[in-house]
Amino acid sequence: MSDNNNNSSGLLGWIDARFPLTKMFEEHLSKYYAPKNFNFWYFFGSLALLVLVIQIVTGIFLTMHYKPDGELAFTSVEYIMRDVDWGWLLRYLHSTGASAFFIVVYLHMFRALIYGSYQKPRELIWLFGMFIFLALMAEAFMGYLLPWGQMSYWGAQVIISLFGAIPVVGDDLTLWIRGDFVVSDATLNRFFALHVVAVPIVLLMLVVMHILALHEVGSNNPDGVEIKKNKDANGIPLDGIPFHPYYSVKDLVGVVVFLILFSVVVFFMPEMGGYFLEHANFVPADQFKTPAHIAPVWYFTPFYAILRAIPDKLLGVIAMFSAIIVLFLLPWIDRGKVKSVRYRSTAFKLLLVMLVVSFLGLGYLGALAPNPTRTMFAQIFSAGYFGFFLGLWWISKNEVTKPVPERVR
Amino acid sequence: MSSEAADSNRRRFLTAATVVVGAVGTVATAVPFLASWEPSARARTAGAPVVADISKLEPGQLIIVKWRGKPVWVVRRDAKALATLSEVTDMLRDPDSNESIQPPYAKNEYRSRESEYLVMVGICTHLGCSPSYRPEITADFKGGFFCPCHGSMFDFAGRVYKGVPAPTNLTVPDYYFVTDGVVEIGKSGEA
Amino acid sequence: MRNALFILAGLLLPNLCFGAGEGVTYPDDKIQIDWADKAAMQRGARTFVNYCMGCHSAGYSRYNRVGADLGIPDELVQSELIFTTNAAGEKTKVGELMKSSMTAEYGEKAFGIVPPDLSLVARSRGVNWLYNYMRGFYVDETRELTGVNNGVFANVGMPHVLTELQGLQIPRYASEPDGHGGEHEVIVGFDIIKPGSMSKSEYDNTIHDLVAFLDYVAEPYKQTRKNVGTGVIIFLFVFLILAYMLKKEYWKDVH
Repeated sequence: MSDNNNNSSGLLGWIDARFPLTKMFEEHLSKYYAPKNFNFWYFFGSLALLVLVIQIVTGIFLTMHYKPDGELAFTSVEYIMRDVDWGWLLRYLHSTGASAFFIVVYLHMFRALIYGSYQKPRELIWLFGMFIFLALMAEAFMGYLLPWGQMSYWGAQVIISLFGAIPVVGDDLTLWIRGDFVVSDATLNRFFALHVVAVPIVLLMLVVMHILALHEVGSNNPDGVEIKKNKDANGIPLDGIPFHPYYSVKDLVGVVVFLILFSVVVFFMPEMGGYFLEHANFVPADQFKTPAHIAPVWYFTPFYAILRAIPDKLLGVIAMFSAIIVLFLLPWIDRGKVKSVRYRSTAFKLLLVMLVVSFLGLGYLGALAPNPTRTMFAQIFSAGYFGFFLGLWWISKNEVTKPVPERVR
Repeated sequence: MSSEAADSNRRRFLTAATVVVGAVGTVATAVPFLASWEPSARARTAGAPVVADISKLEPGQLIIVKWRGKPVWVVRRDAKALATLSEVTDMLRDPDSNESIQPPYAKNEYRSRESEYLVMVGICTHLGCSPSYRPEITADFKGGFFCPCHGSMFDFAGRVYKGVPAPTNLTVPDYYFVTDGVVEIGKSGEA
Repeated sequence: MRNALFILAGLLLPNLCFGAGEGVTYPDDKIQIDWADKAAMQRGARTFVNYCMGCHSAGYSRYNRVGADLGIPDELVQSELIFTTNAAGEKTKVGELMKSSMTAEYGEKAFGIVPPDLSLVARSRGVNWLYNYMRGFYVDETRELTGVNNGVFANVGMPHVLTELQGLQIPRYASEPDGHGGEHEVIVGFDIIKPGSMSKSEYDNTIHDLVAFLDYVAEPYKQTRKNVGTGVIIFLFVFLILAYMLKKEYWKDVH
């Protein structure tokens, strides 16, 4: 038998001689040293993983009853809700899970913003995360078509037709995406395949890479201090504690609190006033009747507001995509060396407030029908959103920061 | 600060308690997922008992009623057919219906609640073809059912002959008489 | 933490209204549905199958489910609520879906639009809208096909099916500023010109019960969902206490 570092005996030993089970457990859990000062903002990574699992499991069970056919889809969803035992629960878990995913992911990204978790040496973690965000938006967009309600249909029609703004190839591109001259059964079926198989596989791979990249470098923390700089005689960071059992046990509390809030929504307000399950989507898709007011689901509204704020169709599309692309560039836009908002300048804090207010304002406006006043505010908030990145680039070169401690507080 | 032993006991207890309660929660969560595989209301409706009007059946006549996607025969047996049942017993594989599927009230020579009407699933127990009705009584074959696919033979109570591929007697479903002229198939009528 | 407060504020923004279009509608009352009042829903079911199912299906709802949830035995459901047959003339069975006998082609020809399925209308339009809509029909000679219009759904193609109960009413107008500097006429009341078999309050109650039934049909498992939810959240709170104690115990090691 080959020698292992620590003698695992019996079944575990048999496995370890053939598969790095104990090695992986130690490397990523029991001997992965995370900073001991994680706070509230550090729950959202594990929560995102939990929601991913919820979506995959409920999604699989929904697929057992759902029919991806233009004639049958809407009925099959009501069949699930009424005729399948506990089908209503599967559906509400999945619809609430979709919104929960974005709440968790936005808060998770915000943590990176306030603590500089995207800065060197963690740029790649941030990039993988941004790709996850893109994949998540695609997944949500395609998933939303599947119930084949009025909002599903017309929301898809509007968003796909945006691609028509691209010069030269636009019209052919939209025809190719739809597989038909309008959003139809062809579109539904291919979105089903992508939503159920392709994008989940991509998401899982990206999540694995995201976590591997994190573990390679080690986690950041609310003080932005690199704990690997101060190690003890055994090479263990002085401010580090093993993820397992300390953070497994702490994240468990976070999970239970999340599940309580999640359950309140699932069991008592699954529609969430029309934000999680939109009222218009309880009407089957009708390609001859456009609803009075088409709005994307709440988690897309900030970007939709930016799109609508620009009066030109192509420029609006470019602005909307730029709002996401600019996030990719964040590690290079921020030229500062100090990671955490706790030690950064007042200017940075003000920029952050401007970003949050703008993002929330855009989100609010994106859900409403446009009028001149609202468009003006959307333009102001768009300026505020992009202004964060411009301002950050400007102030971060010679930023007046507080002294960063050697050890975590 | 309490002693290490007390701490470690408390730690072990809390861990165990959390694991147990967590396991209970996990099992409870699994229940709806597994239950969603049960036949849905739509399947239960499609598989619901079927009512058939048999008031106009002539002696010797067979009608087919569709139940759960299967053909169910209702045969009004005449006296000659019923007489053959005791004559063929020696040639049968399972004359007492010990191996076959039928409700308790059909575990008898007639394989039915009462002798006149036979209610039976018309699917051969060999490989699933639907046997033909052979009401004529001849020297070679005392009548009943003959499966054209592989030659299995059954008597007027659906009991299988020896030496044919089919292993068991034909299945009798639950049924009962709502009135004299109406039978409900798929329900035993008790309670 | 200031940042967290911003996020919380954002999440508490006002709800979208139900999409019934802008503008003034009349009537404009609000109702509450008491899910414990099964008798009201039973009466609503009776109104629905007697007056509405000639044209409208509740095609995702099953008769026996309605019976089980509202406390009506299957035999009574069969005799009191089922009036349709299939093409072969066999009476619709109690486990089947509540579909109207009117075909889509007929609806298209007769009304210009297929009368929509009402299974989910309480979720897409809301109970208030429905309550007001069913009481908002008034005489309008200019409407050729039906002779009526509606104060909630202007120029609707539906006739006033419940005329025999409510009677016929005409609108009372008043002038109001139209938000663009001018004035326009809005309906501020109705006057009965030909009485039906019910008084106003009797008719209002009938409609309330009908809407209660539609609210039930839109989400029949609503009560189950809440009951299960209560159990789940109680369990989770118990688990939370345990998990928190476990966390505290382990974290004694840290610092």
